[in-house]
Amino acid sequence: MTSVLFDVTGPKARARHRIYTVLGTLVVVGILAFFVYRLAASDQFEYRKWEPFVSPVYLEALFVDGLLETLKMAFSAIVAAVVFGALFGIGKLSDHAWVRWPCWLVVEFWRAVPVLLVMILVFFAWGIDRGESGAYWSVVVALTVYNGAVLAEVFRAGVLAVPSGQAEAAYALGMRKTQVMMSIQLPQGVKIMLPAIISQCVVALKDTSLGYAVAAPGLTIVGRQIYTDPDFGGNQVPTVIVLAAIYIVVNLLLTALATWIQKRFVGEKRIEVTAVGTTTPVL
Amino acid sequence: MEVVWDNRAEVAQAFGYTIALFVVAGVLSLLLGTLLAAFRVGPVGVLAKATAVWVTMVRNTPLLIMLIFFRIAGPKVGIQFNWIDLTVGDFRINNIFAACAAGLTVYTSAFVCEAIRAGINAVPVGQAEAARAIGLPFSGVMRQVVLPQAVRASLPPLASVQIALLKNTTVAGALGVFEAFARMSDLTNDHAPDRVAIFVSFALIFVVLVSVVSFATHRLERSWKVAR
Repeated sequence: MTSVLFDVTGPKARARHRIYTVLGTLVVVGILAFFVYRLAASDQFEYRKWEPFVSPVYLEALFVDGLLETLKMAFSAIVAAVVFGALFGIGKLSDHAWVRWPCWLVVEFWRAVPVLLVMILVFFAWGIDRGESGAYWSVVVALTVYNGAVLAEVFRAGVLAVPSGQAEAAYALGMRKTQVMMSIQLPQGVKIMLPAIISQCVVALKDTSLGYAVAAPGLTIVGRQIYTDPDFGGNQVPTVIVLAAIYIVVNLLLTALATWIQKRFVGEKRIEVTAVGTTTPVL
Repeated sequence: MEVVWDNRAEVAQAFGYTIALFVVAGVLSLLLGTLLAAFRVGPVGVLAKATAVWVTMVRNTPLLIMLIFFRIAGPKVGIQFNWIDLTVGDFRINNIFAACAAGLTVYTSAFVCEAIRAGINAVPVGQAEAARAIGLPFSGVMRQVVLPQAVRASLPPLASVQIALLKNTTVAGALGVFEAFARMSDLTNDHAPDRVAIFVSFALIFVVLVSVVSFATHRLERSWKVAR
């Protein structure tokens, strides 16, 4: 099999690659061994430091106060962001300039502003006297406007990716503009957008961790409570490893769902969706 | 707006830190990301698989966790930046700055790797086959046919990765670097009635910075464009 980068290998190249493979394996194993050695040398494998991640009481705190809150926050934000994105994305496609331009301005502004700035504004202006739920909704609002602005682009591109003959046929049947959008373009567009919307869920889920800045409930705050607790002997390293592992597993499940939906409902339409990816921020 | 204007020296310094983080992490992440991409698409199976696992892990970890690792957990296992202590004018580049820059670099390099890989995958196989068929050696195939196309194709995704990095520098503000986000949070705390004006000013400066980066990459894209 040829690839863009390499021709089919001959005997010399194969011998060379065998040497590289051995060297590469040694390097990878060496890095892993060094990491484990560093952890062991600084007593990171002490039972005390891992206790919160094996005893049921703390695990409950980690999953109920941590993961569940994080998932709730991400879910609220993504639902609101889809509504926001649909409104402004379709607004950007409007035939009326007075609708199109404000929508364009709103989308471009919220896409360029860092999530944390929005979060701290909402928190100080509204959430600060409302304790934990104030912090919770500050995160949700900030994630909504940012992800909503990104999703607006996804919606616009998704609707545009529907072959134009569909809308023309609908107009020829005598449908109104709203009817064409709601019953012809959107249903087909949503199918194309689904994978992009789910990858945006991964972004939203990762960004819920920023709730740390306003002490919103969620995994990062539970993590901070664990590693500042002197009973566990300053277990920052185990905590970070466990938190990262939880996020990675949940995100990989979401990605697997996106791939499955892609295969099941969308098929070869992928080209348009990646084109969306390049015009919208990836992170 | 007056509050921001009255504190313009502090605000300017804060954005100085933001830009410093962006430039340091941007350059380093491009270097590290290119290296990762070289392993990722290279012929050595072990390295390609190990890099793929690494990139998947980093991409799915929140940036905040990555920064907490370098800032708070790292010193426990001997990852320290105490040897960095530079003072350039009013800017102090200390271990906190270095730890946050390192976290941003590691995080962003995973996305840089994916952007470059996407660029290489965008080159049709026929291009390389044709180049080999006219007798170009490996270096010629790479230098004259594959890489010029791959670099152009990976420019737009690289630009969005770097723009995301610019916005992500604010996360360092939550962990002790006195950049734009930390300064805004401070000003908002001291001048509560002006908070919307403060937010709008900081947000608009970010809009300008993002526009500058995006304009620069558009210019680059245009000047590299080849008629086909």
